[in-house]
Amino acid sequence: MPRIAFTPNLRRHLACPPGEVGGATLRAALDEVFAANPRLRGYLLDEHGRLRKHVAVFVNGEPVGDRAALSDSLAPGDEVFVFQALSGG
Amino acid sequence: MSDRLLVATRKGLFIARPEGGDWRLGRPAFLGEPVSAVLHDPRDGALYAALRLGHFGTKLHRSDDGGASWNEVGVPALPAEGENPKALDMIWTLAAGGAEEPGVLWAGTLPAALFRSADRGESWQLVRGLWDVPERARWMGGGYDDPGLHSVLVDPRDARRLTVAISTGGVWRSADGGETWRLAGQGLRNEYMPPGQEFDRVVQDVHLLSCCAAAPDAVWAQHHNGIFRSTDGGESFEEVTAAAPSRFGFAVAAHPTEPGTAWFAPAVKDECRIPVEGRMVVTRTRDGGRSLEALSEGLPQADCYDLVYRHALVVDGTGTRLAMGSTTGNLWVSGDRGESWRRLAGHLPPIAALAFAAG
Repeated sequence: MPRIAFTPNLRRHLACPPGEVGGATLRAALDEVFAANPRLRGYLLDEHGRLRKHVAVFVNGEPVGDRAALSDSLAPGDEVFVFQALSGG
Repeated sequence: MSDRLLVATRKGLFIARPEGGDWRLGRPAFLGEPVSAVLHDPRDGALYAALRLGHFGTKLHRSDDGGASWNEVGVPALPAEGENPKALDMIWTLAAGGAEEPGVLWAGTLPAALFRSADRGESWQLVRGLWDVPERARWMGGGYDDPGLHSVLVDPRDARRLTVAISTGGVWRSADGGETWRLAGQGLRNEYMPPGQEFDRVVQDVHLLSCCAAAPDAVWAQHHNGIFRSTDGGESFEEVTAAAPSRFGFAVAAHPTEPGTAWFAPAVKDECRIPVEGRMVVTRTRDGGRSLEALSEGLPQADCYDLVYRHALVVDGTGTRLAMGSTTGNLWVSGDRGESWRRLAGHLPPIAALAFAAG
């Protein structure tokens, strides 16, 4: 199964431990995470289901290609990392 | 008696409390997070703070214990319409519903939309009647790329009567709790529009509306183009021409019981936006806008570059205490109707909004 982990910056707002997820696409994997942690959805996705502008998702060290539909496919053993692009001031 | 002052800043929410005849500023909640709007609900004492997280979106928190602890509640969602629908950028203003409708809240957002909650912010519904007005296609961005709804007035005599303002999109009124909307704001004048379109009510760049709580038909508008006064609830406005040192600004605070009294924080127009000649003043009218006086005691009178955002000049329910916050992180308070000011803090993060909380 793919593994998913989250930036420590998210832990300031809510708990999101790393873990193994099912799902053949990023969307399916995230939906599984959100089913157990519904509040996390609004931190990573906007109300239309797209990745927030300043949220980044890498799979095996590469940025995902489809930030809107999250259709990138996942394979067993993939490493998914959710973090933030720089924002501040 | 106002016993708290809420200070929403770029780096957290500060709460000041009276102490020995002065104010004492507490440690911030949400340290490091931009707070875009704050509300004290006088009906149940709840506090609300809207966050505009740089990475993780807009959040809304409610406190039922005076700010000691906070719980995240729901946020508005913009409708999924069109090929690339807009997402919520921030909650720009929050307003409590009427006394007879406990739990009802209103939120004005960027991009411009009005939302209603009937459950103290747990869930939000788009006010479809305003979203669907055909004139929305002509709303434009003001200081932001998208138009934003920054002012919500709820008529204390009849909470179904709502008045909102959009930058830029004019003044809109509903008499039926938000079901249907009419474009109001006759007489507002936008100087920068092409010749012949200055009085087009849809393009008016109202920066903020504020009304007299005891006489809510007295509505003041700080507009991009100047100061305007309405005596009919915002249906029509007259321009206040006596507005020295500048008619430009963002903030306005209407006196809670005297319909002819209001305060403003003038700045150099259009993009410069600093105090005129580096001197910080608050202007006040007490005669319905026929004259304005510049009040400067206690405010910096040289080399001052502070700008007061639209929600950062407020008056309390007695009309005696005022507070003003700036983008430079100065927070001033007055205990004598703005006659004199004292700096409560000088090194805060940029201040977005203030609110007095009584009780």
